Amino acid sequence: MTLPENWNELTPDERLQVRLDAWQNIPIEFATPEVAKAYRDRVQLYRDVLELKKPATVPIAPWIGLLPFRFYGHTGKQAYYDYEIFKEDWFRFHEDTRPDGLGLTLGIVPGKLFDILDYHLYDWPGHGTPDDTCYQYSEQEWMKGDEYAALIQDPGSYWQRTYLPRVFGAMEPFSMLAPWTDLVEIPFTAPFFAGFSAPPVKEMLKKLAEAGDAAMEWLQAAMAADGSVMAGLGIPQTAGGATKAPYDILGDTMRGTRGLMLDKFRQPENVKAAMERLVPQAIDWAVRSNNMTGNPLVFIPIHKGADGFMSDADFKELYWPTFKAVLLGLIEQGLVPWVFVEGSYNERLEVIADEEIPAHRMVWMFDATDMARAKAIVGKRQCIGGNVPAALFAMGTPEEMDAYVKDLLGRTAQDGGFILSSGIVLDEADPAVYHAFIEAGRKYGK
Amino acid sequence: MSGGLKEAVIELREEDALRIAGEELQGGTDPLEVVAACREAMDVIGRRFADGEAFIPELIMAGEIMTGITAMLKPYLKADSGGDKLGTVVMCTVQGDIHDIGKDIVVTMLDIAGFNVIDLGVDVPVAKVVETVRENKAQVLGLSGLLTVAFDSMRTTVAAVAEAGLRDDVKIMLGGAPVTDAVVEYAGADAWGKDAVAAVELAKSWVGGAS
Repeated sequence: MTLPENWNELTPDERLQVRLDAWQNIPIEFATPEVAKAYRDRVQLYRDVLELKKPATVPIAPWIGLLPFRFYGHTGKQAYYDYEIFKEDWFRFHEDTRPDGLGLTLGIVPGKLFDILDYHLYDWPGHGTPDDTCYQYSEQEWMKGDEYAALIQDPGSYWQRTYLPRVFGAMEPFSMLAPWTDLVEIPFTAPFFAGFSAPPVKEMLKKLAEAGDAAMEWLQAAMAADGSVMAGLGIPQTAGGATKAPYDILGDTMRGTRGLMLDKFRQPENVKAAMERLVPQAIDWAVRSNNMTGNPLVFIPIHKGADGFMSDADFKELYWPTFKAVLLGLIEQGLVPWVFVEGSYNERLEVIADEEIPAHRMVWMFDATDMARAKAIVGKRQCIGGNVPAALFAMGTPEEMDAYVKDLLGRTAQDGGFILSSGIVLDEADPAVYHAFIEAGRKYGK
Repeated sequence: MSGGLKEAVIELREEDALRIAGEELQGGTDPLEVVAACREAMDVIGRRFADGEAFIPELIMAGEIMTGITAMLKPYLKADSGGDKLGTVVMCTVQGDIHDIGKDIVVTMLDIAGFNVIDLGVDVPVAKVVETVRENKAQVLGLSGLLTVAFDSMRTTVAAVAEAGLRDDVKIMLGGAPVTDAVVEYAGADAWGKDAVAAVELAKSWVGGAS
């Protein structure tokens, strides 16, 4: 989207309204006027629940992973490598089930791209995990314990010259190049570029160009898949960009869960300083991607602050302050943080209901959290949702699903401010149980 | 023992704990006394975890200290002087799933509690699980998984153990974030534990030592 010229003079609330209007009035060609209206009506559901008003119906926005492909007899490997299957199953699934949100198309990732990049950070079907699974993180200390000073001094240089060469085989030669910040004056330019004459660097640049083409091929497929669902079915996207909590950036894919937990005891000041250094990056990442898509919702999966993963005191002192800074930075830009809280957050509810975060400006989607408490504590200030368990989708009966959704909506959605969703990203569900989920949402969400 | 080791471990003062353990051993303290002090300290940390006063980072840090002290103890201990083992537990993350954090914590806690633990790692083929249970006459099998695909692998693994005629000899416990009673029933396992302390309690309840 193009931001209005007076953007910098607008208040955060005015920016939010500009972004919500742009999302609701997305400039695409809908199949029919009825579909266009259905799209706008669905966006209105989210606008209403965000303001904690009662929507026309409770929006149903499950997190979808490999489920569509399982439904139609395909594997994870086919979803990641065959874009015709990706597009067809994605559309067919949304046509058959008609949810109110189109989430996480980005989660159906391109295998070919990772083959070219020789990506070490994950295994994926066809490359380390069985064909019918989703991608899985390979937990290691990708950032070493003695590298905090380098990260804090210059995150960009650290990423380029140390982290990326470690996690992408194809990018190893980046470690041979000087930081881009050396390029400041004419006499220093030639020495910098001499590095590019090294054969491994030339080979890397070729691979990166190939990777670019592979990424573009996938992006076109993903945009076509999303476009067909939006324009053909009137279902809006529920993720316009993404970011992460600084603690999770460090803990998920840099130091690793174990590494970061030990750092908490061995070098707590470095952990804090690194997280503070990552706050502006985390905000900027979302602002750029959301500006590009014109959709204000920022998908933020959070992991390492869940109940049991740290004490309350550590959550308050270590996890929350920099995450809160990211949330405030996004809200300042008129964006809507849409936090996907994996695991249970029963011990954190009082902290995240923080009164310094403006009310009615973000969404908390829970997994295994007590939803009555979440409603009472967080739900009085912000929209909440989620919670339908993965095990129920995979192993329950339609009757059990109906009863669960009835009870959940009865306890949380009667006065608005609630989004019905799965607790986690769904790779598996009994089709009858999944349909029962949607039907129950329609029946009890009126 | 002149003391201080148990407190240092309980308070997770890594450098102090390692230093004191080293001094004790060099000073001629019976290595089994050092082992006992560590085990007592870990009991306290385990109880704090069960009571919601300690969390996964504390368990991991304690495990790290134990690993350091165990390495120091090796030259002082005869191969079989580690005391009688409570029983043999085979642990793995099931086929198709490569998540290891939870499983690793359970392995450490079982080890410290006095079990002989055989850790098969992650994404473990069903046949390997069956073979290991049989060869080691394991009394307990722990199957871990974070993904919902693990449910089917758990079920297949339990079925294979039964097929091999071993089901009556081994108790099977499940663990992992999405595991519930329904998963235990689906997989045909015996029980599930919500965390490492629960896993140790289950294993103890099955292998003679009351929990």
